[in-house]
Amino acid sequence: MTSATSAHWSESLYRLIKAQKVRQVSVVPDAGHSALIRLCEADRDLQLVRLTTEEEGIALAAGAWLGGDKSVLLMQSSGVGNCINMLSLLSVCQFPLAMWITMRGDWAEFNPWQVPMGRATKNVLEEMGVLVSRAEREEEIAPLAEGTLRMAYNTLRPTALLIGQRLLGAKTFED
Amino acid sequence: MNTPAAKQGEKSPSLKRREVVKALLADSGDLLVVAGLGSAAWDVTAAGDHPLTFPLWGAMGGAPAIGLGLAIAQPDRRVLVVTGDGELLMGMGSLATIGIARPANLSVVVLDNERYGETGMQESHTAHGVDLAAVAAACGFSKVSTITTMQHVEQLRADLHSVQGPLFALIKIAAEKLPLTLPPRDGTHLKNRFREALLGDDAHFQR
Repeated sequence: MTSATSAHWSESLYRLIKAQKVRQVSVVPDAGHSALIRLCEADRDLQLVRLTTEEEGIALAAGAWLGGDKSVLLMQSSGVGNCINMLSLLSVCQFPLAMWITMRGDWAEFNPWQVPMGRATKNVLEEMGVLVSRAEREEEIAPLAEGTLRMAYNTLRPTALLIGQRLLGAKTFED
Repeated sequence: MNTPAAKQGEKSPSLKRREVVKALLADSGDLLVVAGLGSAAWDVTAAGDHPLTFPLWGAMGGAPAIGLGLAIAQPDRRVLVVTGDGELLMGMGSLATIGIARPANLSVVVLDNERYGETGMQESHTAHGVDLAAVAAACGFSKVSTITTMQHVEQLRADLHSVQGPLFALIKIAAEKLPLTLPPRDGTHLKNRFREALLGDDAHFQR
């Protein structure tokens, strides 16, 4: 992945956030989302909330919607495991939330400790009532992300887009 | 391991949780309330079930972050999270998240009985010396207090409506086992009535 490529789809996701009137974006540090996080940080009309763990973002989204704000949660697939019980809040109360998740532990992963959660990500989300889609090519990211936002807020449920590691580029620690 | 404070000759807390919560919610006006699962949810219900109260039946550790999302969405309203020591211990990182987000309209009030009341009154970490008020202060809450008298509970009630937050109060309460006073249990009902009371009929057409 070149940084120019990442910047391209990150800008598309940023424009989507603005077009869909999302106001709260919650994040944990993530290399794949770094360009999008920078764009959101620079936007004073967006509320960027830095989390200590991903499950705070699930709870934050519930509070945001109680108050009339739409939100997006940005994280890595490893963070999905930290959210499992908190996702029951969204399922039981039919709270909407779109999660855009960069994958670890799939294509060309070099770190064995990332693989179990990477393999389980989709199943875990689906078991907890989240609608999951997955992008394997860059041009799929924006339309699928738009689908997660529209479906979350039109049908009142949590949705997720998994962004495949092959299009992100696997980390090697050799660069 | 530290000996529980009460066993070191300190006077056991005498404040009754139901009286404390009733006093905090008196004349609540347009205060928005999130109550953590377990006894805090039963306490707010005993004080009077209200559409602008969102009591949790689960999501342990999530109450402060729900309050943060709500406080950011509604900057012109005051938001109160009332929860227990056990619930907060499970989401202690959210104090750091709130500390740097600095919502001026958010208060987090912890009813600390040093016990897990729903599971057999096992001692929590606060019984062994963990000071949640010190954690909140270290995380950057703008006003932090530890409360042991009803007089200070009354002062806190006023602060909930006026003080530049984020505000944190730790209220030391007696370890009591009380009759359950259950709020409605359908989460969609709790959500929809809250949004309608806050946002009006438009709430049902937002997308």
